[in-house]
Amino acid sequence: MTDNVDGNRESFRPHLASTAVSVAALRDWFVREVLPLEAALTQFLRHNWRNKSDIPDLVQEVYARVYEAARKDLPQQPRAFVFTTAQNLLIDRMRREKIVQIEAVSELDTLAIAADEPSPDRTAIAKDELRRLQAALDRLAPRTREVVTLRRIEGLSRAEIAQRLCITEVTVKWHLNEGLRALADDLYGEAASSRSKK
Amino acid sequence: MSAEEIQSRAADWVNRHRDSGEWTPDDQAALDAWLAQSPEHVVAYWRLDAAWERTQRLVALRPTKPQQPRSPVWRNLVRFAAAFVVVAAGTGAAFYFSKPAAPEARQFATEVGARKTIKLPDGSEIELNTNSRLRIAPGPNPRMAWLDKGEAYFRIQHDSARPFVLMVQGRRLVDLGTEFLVKTEPKRLEVALVAGRAQLDSPNDPTQEPAVLTPGDVAIATANAISVTAKSTKALSDELSWRQGVLVFKYTTLADAAAEFNRYNYKKIVIADPKIAQLTIVGTFPSNDVSAFTDAAQAIFGLKIRNTDGEIDITR
Repeated sequence: MTDNVDGNRESFRPHLASTAVSVAALRDWFVREVLPLEAALTQFLRHNWRNKSDIPDLVQEVYARVYEAARKDLPQQPRAFVFTTAQNLLIDRMRREKIVQIEAVSELDTLAIAADEPSPDRTAIAKDELRRLQAALDRLAPRTREVVTLRRIEGLSRAEIAQRLCITEVTVKWHLNEGLRALADDLYGEAASSRSKK
Repeated sequence: MSAEEIQSRAADWVNRHRDSGEWTPDDQAALDAWLAQSPEHVVAYWRLDAAWERTQRLVALRPTKPQQPRSPVWRNLVRFAAAFVVVAAGTGAAFYFSKPAAPEARQFATEVGARKTIKLPDGSEIELNTNSRLRIAPGPNPRMAWLDKGEAYFRIQHDSARPFVLMVQGRRLVDLGTEFLVKTEPKRLEVALVAGRAQLDSPNDPTQEPAVLTPGDVAIATANAISVTAKSTKALSDELSWRQGVLVFKYTTLADAAAEFNRYNYKKIVIADPKIAQLTIVGTFPSNDVSAFTDAAQAIFGLKIRNTDGEIDITR
């Protein structure tokens, strides 16, 4: 699993080469341990932060902080680490914005940080990855889905897709970018947890 | 930059890096510079890159060529048919029984990358895979064949009075009213039974016990032994995917996957670096589309693909 990531990435990301943990190991850890927590993390942030439009920025900042810390040493308990980081971030933000969010603070106090064990969700995901991917694909906007399908499944080039759908290559690119983001949100984000509870 | 803008940029980088087919050192330098700007860029990139990797499995949904529809008559006949696949690779194999039938036997051969279906008078069908050679005994109703080279899938009409006999690498495979799948490599023969029964023996070495195979059994015959283990029917059907013109890899090492592609294509994939050779891949690829495979290797592992006249080198 670890070897799936090109170990040489350090060589072409010299700014990262000085970290104590190898970039390949760090990326692998991040993808394996942190990204699957995204749905729970987003939920936690929503519960504890009033301005919902801040959520994507908060998630990103939690990731950035986790990444910075993990460069020195990979946290042994990723789940606890991620949620503690999120908690600290919210407290920092509240101080900075001089907000007193009574209910937020009280919820932070009662936050139960679950032990690090693979959740049933993750096992289920591993079991039926292809079906899950297909469902995520099906949930894309129709045109985006069409473009992504033609590129990723049918293997058509961007130029061929542009020709077939009578759109510009720039539009093809836009759909591919949007599609990738939507798929990532579906696979890691909030939508993932609400669906898997059904 | 907001998370929205960063994600948008990251998606663009991932798609360009993974998917565009044109990735220059300048692009890499520009990406490195962007990643160096902030940890937010790195995590956004990793997240979307990981999503790209996961969705790469969608390739498995690629439609394969539709199977030839069978007539109802044929479907009925199939119930009584024995089907098996044999691979006889390697030029060094000794074809003990080759000579006696050679003068009159009808020969069928396929080029690298080609497939061919041979219909026998009794309704049996034999599909030859890439770079293979099969000889069929003379006569109006042949019940014997020799697989000299390559791989073949056999759907044989069962006839208890005249069992179908296939000679391969000096071994004899006798259909006992079954469906089975057989595979061999250089100096190694693999027979996997799908349904019914078949017997594998060694006529030129009476000291070796014949192996009688039942469904799920996989017999592996080397120079002087036959051993029998079990395999799932799903794994067996993956091995038959060449009949639809695709290769199915399930955590296959790049070395093995490349070797498999090399059976179908004149231009050979070369992986000199043993570390690269050990990387594993999951996916379904058209057997004649090496670039689909090398693109994936490039995209998933960030490997370099060098296309020369005679070969395709995969390096770091």
